[in-house]
Amino acid sequence: MKATSKFKASVTGLAASLALSFNVVAADDTIKVGVLHSLSGTMAISETTLKDTILMMVEEQNQAGGLLGKQLEAVVVDPASDWPLFAEKARELIQKEKVDVVFGGWTSVSRKSMLPVFEELDSLLFYPVQYEGEESSKNIFYTGAAPNQQAIPAVDYLMNDIGVERWVLAGTDYVYPRTTNKILEAYLVAKGVAAEDIMINYTPFGHSDWQSIVSDIKKFGASGKKTAVVSTINGDANVPFYKELGAQGVSAEDIPVVAFSVGEEELSGMDTSSLVGHLAAWNYFMSVDTEVNDEFIEAWQSFIDSDERVTNDPMEASYIGFKMWVKAVEKAGTTDAEAVQDAIIGVTVPNLTGGYATMLANHHITKPVLIGEIQDDGQFEVVWETGSDVAGDAWSNFLPGSADLFSSWAKPFACGAFNVVTKTCSGQVTE
Amino acid sequence: MSTSIRRCFFILMLCIGLVSLPSRAQISNVVEVEQSLVGKDYALKSEAIVWLAQSGDDNARFVFEKLMQGNVYFHKKTKQIVYASKVEKGASLPFLFSDETIVVNKKRDFKKVGVNNQLRSELRTQLASLDLYSDDASTRFDAAKNLLSNASLEHQALIQDVIKQESDAKVRDVLALALAIIDLRGSDEGAQRAAIERISDSKRPEALQALNLAKQELSDPELLILIDKSIADYQASQKRYAMVETLYFGLSLGSVLVLAGIGLAITFGVMGVINMAHGELIMLGAYTTYVLQQLMPNNLGASLLISIPIAFMVSAIVGIIIERLVIRHLYNRPLETLLATFGISLILQQAVRSVFSPLNRSVATPEFMSGMFEVNPMLSLTNSRLYILLFCMIVFVLLVLILKKTALGLQVRAVSQNREMAKAMGVRSERVDAMTFGLGSGIAGVAGVALSQLTNVGPNMGQAYIIDSFMVVVFGGVGNLWGTLVAGLSLGIFNKMLEPWVGAVLSKILVLVFIILFIQKRPRGLFPQKGRAVES
Repeated sequence: MKATSKFKASVTGLAASLALSFNVVAADDTIKVGVLHSLSGTMAISETTLKDTILMMVEEQNQAGGLLGKQLEAVVVDPASDWPLFAEKARELIQKEKVDVVFGGWTSVSRKSMLPVFEELDSLLFYPVQYEGEESSKNIFYTGAAPNQQAIPAVDYLMNDIGVERWVLAGTDYVYPRTTNKILEAYLVAKGVAAEDIMINYTPFGHSDWQSIVSDIKKFGASGKKTAVVSTINGDANVPFYKELGAQGVSAEDIPVVAFSVGEEELSGMDTSSLVGHLAAWNYFMSVDTEVNDEFIEAWQSFIDSDERVTNDPMEASYIGFKMWVKAVEKAGTTDAEAVQDAIIGVTVPNLTGGYATMLANHHITKPVLIGEIQDDGQFEVVWETGSDVAGDAWSNFLPGSADLFSSWAKPFACGAFNVVTKTCSGQVTE
Repeated sequence: MSTSIRRCFFILMLCIGLVSLPSRAQISNVVEVEQSLVGKDYALKSEAIVWLAQSGDDNARFVFEKLMQGNVYFHKKTKQIVYASKVEKGASLPFLFSDETIVVNKKRDFKKVGVNNQLRSELRTQLASLDLYSDDASTRFDAAKNLLSNASLEHQALIQDVIKQESDAKVRDVLALALAIIDLRGSDEGAQRAAIERISDSKRPEALQALNLAKQELSDPELLILIDKSIADYQASQKRYAMVETLYFGLSLGSVLVLAGIGLAITFGVMGVINMAHGELIMLGAYTTYVLQQLMPNNLGASLLISIPIAFMVSAIVGIIIERLVIRHLYNRPLETLLATFGISLILQQAVRSVFSPLNRSVATPEFMSGMFEVNPMLSLTNSRLYILLFCMIVFVLLVLILKKTALGLQVRAVSQNREMAKAMGVRSERVDAMTFGLGSGIAGVAGVALSQLTNVGPNMGQAYIIDSFMVVVFGGVGNLWGTLVAGLSLGIFNKMLEPWVGAVLSKILVLVFIILFIQKRPRGLFPQKGRAVES
């Protein structure tokens, strides 16, 4: 009986979402909000939560009286972890569904695939995940962390507070880890770390046999100098990696691992016993003790109807992005993309860690950086944080070529990649 | 003039030093310990731990253990410290520093007492100092090893005291090494020389670490020559053991490949069905393990053992249903079978996503499977991998026995060799097909149980193994179990030998290239089946 009712519920849910996505009648009394997160395929694991977050925010906004006197209407589509489909679905949302804004994307490649569509049709995309930087588009708002808001401060913490002298940069073989590690390597060399004290290692997606790599890390760390691993290992490969570290007796006290892709949600699917003490750098942790965070967690858990569900950093980034868009629309008095783009620069909303986030002219935002140690209940204990907020930097200062670039969409300057040496605006995306 | 100013300055500094000294040691009673624990200042917390250890408080050990386990919480408003393995509404939690209890009204009223790596290291050292007096030799051994990584001058007296009455040779060895490491950091040249000799006898990684450190700090050329020689010796024997280690890594990767592929060796190898849903049958086995672990959370070991037969049943039944409903209609149409089973694999994945959520599920490792089997300090074999290697062999032997010694096995072989003739002899070939497919699927489920101990349990886990499985079966020779075993193990070793040279990404590519070339030369794999039926 219970199973049948569950089945029925999922069928109705399916029907509802179908109805939602094929609702082509453009009602004049609603503002349409596009939600473009994968609900099936490999990325469903991370993106489903963000879809629910946006739905929750829409519901809250409607209960508070909507926006500009109209109700918001969420249009949910499923790009199914298929990168070209992201572009197709984005086009469908903007042209057919006539949405005014889209919240979506997770992987960098999905963002790269959507970017030309948003620029061509001049619409708005809020992208809520930490990424490798080196991009600034007129139509995209990056509410996740740029490398200088996550990777660099984490390395600073390890270097200055823990006294790390030897570095392992381990990552999955794709664009985000490659670019981040290039930046980190340049940064470490600039700080005087010798080349033989840096070990760089790439592994394929979903790598599951970490025996030799962990054994190498162990040997690399036995030189007498304090060693740490900076991990840009993605998604599913993390579980076997941490399990192997535990199995080979590498504890966080000997060789700490700081990760940029492991959050509360990922931890809820791991056996945390072998992870205790390893680090993560984010701009938000669920364990942050503020009133606004308590309210957010309570709202989330009652929306999703489970007090076991956790919150994480990309959720906060979605939350901030949504609030900023609402505020910008109120300021502009219209949902017109051009007007919102102008209005949103400088908009400030409270974040969940007790501070404020401001949309900068380069379409990145200000964030505090927190370093947390994993506890055995799958939560993070904050052990370090930046004193003040860090402004997101679209173009890294540690990469040749990119160091000369400057981005500002404030009119009349309006250029995503202005070369301060040659004094030319070289379009929006280089490389 | 300037000297007097300097002297004044010196005295002033001394005064500041004297004033600031007591302010560093702020902990003088248990109340202050409690206050520091609920705070954010980790240096202060660390001092509280040291004070508690030195106070000789009977409760100290218990407090350290609870902190180490991360089971200490405090009430956000009243700052009362309690301990519990989990804070749940309505539960009554005992205070850590008294005998009272408090009832939880709201889960979020309580916050965990923060413990960071430095504090954990301090706790471990303190517990180790206490454990050195334990009656159990293995506890003393662990304590000595823990102390080794943090050995400093303050432990010298303690270790010297313990080593005199130590009866166990292994423990004494480690303690002597700790003493030598402490000596090496000292300034007495004679003691340093003896220490280097003592350290170079040891194969522990801490020995190399101590030598490397000393190399940077010492300046005496004679000692430096001695140290260089010791380091070279250490690295030479490390290289020898690294070879053995790589071989073990290869075997263990191979055993995973064999486990994942052996079910396919039956469905694809014996029956000739290209089953793209094979990975999802592995996934079902892993989820079965997860469900059973949820049902009996206090008995991890038993739940893992029980999940072996149950996972077999679950995957076998699903396999038989797939065979009866779909594959049966598509025999001898490999392309349609491939597409249909690929569709089934997507359906199974999405079904699991709907039932269990798209998030990964955590499957805990039972006590007996964690940790390492230490051959010597340079060569430790991880227990979980050792068990899986063993498990793989058992599954393989059982499968060979089933195919060679049972009536079902005879019928399976008969049908796969010549269906028409077997039918004529009265073998119900349809039933045999279903049973064979069930057997292959069930073995995939069993593989899932083993894999749940190594990797993610999530909707996508099956996809990670499907290519590897086909690779092993094709390389080994279709229809040959021994071929699968040899192929799996040798591909594992080949992969691990390459990895240190070319990295994980390239070694995977090279293995694939190698197989493609090999199949060009020998299309039927390592151990081809012979006979007219196959040739046609």
